[in-house]
Amino acid sequence: MSKPKVAFYWCASCGGCEEAVIDLNEDLLTVADAVDIVFWPVALDFKKKDVEAMEDGSIAVSFINGAIRTSEQEEMVHLLRRKSGLVVAFGSCAHLGGIPGLANFHNKAEIFERVYKTVPTVTNPEGIYPQTETKVPEGTLTLPEFYDTVKTLDQTIDVDYYLPGCAPPPDLIMGAVQAILAGELPERGTVLAPDKALCDTCPLAEYKPEKLSMSQIKRPHEVLHDPKQCFLAEGIICLGPATRSGCGERCINAGMPCRGCFGPTREVKDLGAKALSSIASLIGIEEEEEMTEEELEKALDNIVDPAGLFFMYSLPSSVLRRRRIK
Amino acid sequence: MGTDSEPKVVAFCCNWCSYAGADAAGTARMKINPHFRIIRTMCSSRIDPELILEAFSKGAWGVLILGCHPGDCHYKNGNYKALRRVALLKRTLAQFGIEPERLRLDWVSANEGGRFAQLVNETIETVQKLGPLNLHQEVT
Repeated sequence: MSKPKVAFYWCASCGGCEEAVIDLNEDLLTVADAVDIVFWPVALDFKKKDVEAMEDGSIAVSFINGAIRTSEQEEMVHLLRRKSGLVVAFGSCAHLGGIPGLANFHNKAEIFERVYKTVPTVTNPEGIYPQTETKVPEGTLTLPEFYDTVKTLDQTIDVDYYLPGCAPPPDLIMGAVQAILAGELPERGTVLAPDKALCDTCPLAEYKPEKLSMSQIKRPHEVLHDPKQCFLAEGIICLGPATRSGCGERCINAGMPCRGCFGPTREVKDLGAKALSSIASLIGIEEEEEMTEEELEKALDNIVDPAGLFFMYSLPSSVLRRRRIK
Repeated sequence: MGTDSEPKVVAFCCNWCSYAGADAAGTARMKINPHFRIIRTMCSSRIDPELILEAFSKGAWGVLILGCHPGDCHYKNGNYKALRRVALLKRTLAQFGIEPERLRLDWVSANEGGRFAQLVNETIETVQKLGPLNLHQEVT
């Protein structure tokens, strides 16, 4: 019997998800033995035409990481969708939009101006920007179209399963691969991670006081974090109450609060709104009856960039999806 | 929520004070601008920011949240939670390019029919000046 065919592809991403595959270590050899990797641009020399030549539906599963922001990415994921039985959105960017999704607070014109003109390391007095077509003596050069709005993978093509995380941890990747190989998959559309909030599995939960109150909000660099104290009790915003668990608490164990890369639990649509709700209701609880609106506003001044903080990984998948276009 | 030619305000009213206040306004036959829909909830703290964003994304021009006056909450402190959430959400909305004035939190007791009418009229007037939000236009 021939081995199941597997593809990996990357869109708007940092390459960390590719690293995560390598981080499987010896397990990667087990995977490589069990499957045929037919497409993996970062590691193997296959081209788009090789994929085009495959029969529709002949790839058992495509793991696609990264958000969708250019016409090229859009075209490639449509192609892979056609050729694949299953598509797994791999990592935060494909699942929620991720860090590249923060571009949705801007638009193409603003991003081009910043990146190709005003950034201090660039000199571009003529304001030359990338064009989709450029005529040169040898012919016409083309580049993909860069969109105003970053999309998640499932806003572009149908997605069967989601592997969350920035990047997904090795145990969840292996769990997903084994489930696919054994044909023991849960309901289509499932996020392949536990459906609990991070606070439920957090090693600092035992230090969490019975009644949490944030009288003053601090940023992580303003506090010497006590490894035996809940971040919220220290006044540091942590998105643990609203974020899905399963990450292995990597940030918490490294002394950093949660920023929501695993997305929300199943019943929640908008992680940012939920986290905002949870954090806001903790502000000055001890003295809530006495706290004036002016004092409340002053406390909120310490949250320098609320939208960027609460929607750090999930802006394109949120209810509002992007900054309003006027 | 219909077309975008007329203002639409979603008014979330708590069951114990402001919904009764809306009733009082109706019983007294007060004149109220009709461009609003009431959604009755048990407490102003039930209005999760997620629901407010949902209202905006589905075509609301404005969202009005009415709860019990501070100190009067049926559940003791729900309105203080609502106050904190709305204050933080307004700042966040501004970053999304949504005018914070489109979201208003205020207090109406069961016998303040006049106050209910006034707040609804003011909110509709505010969003009428701002116009529709037009979110989610297809963009590339």
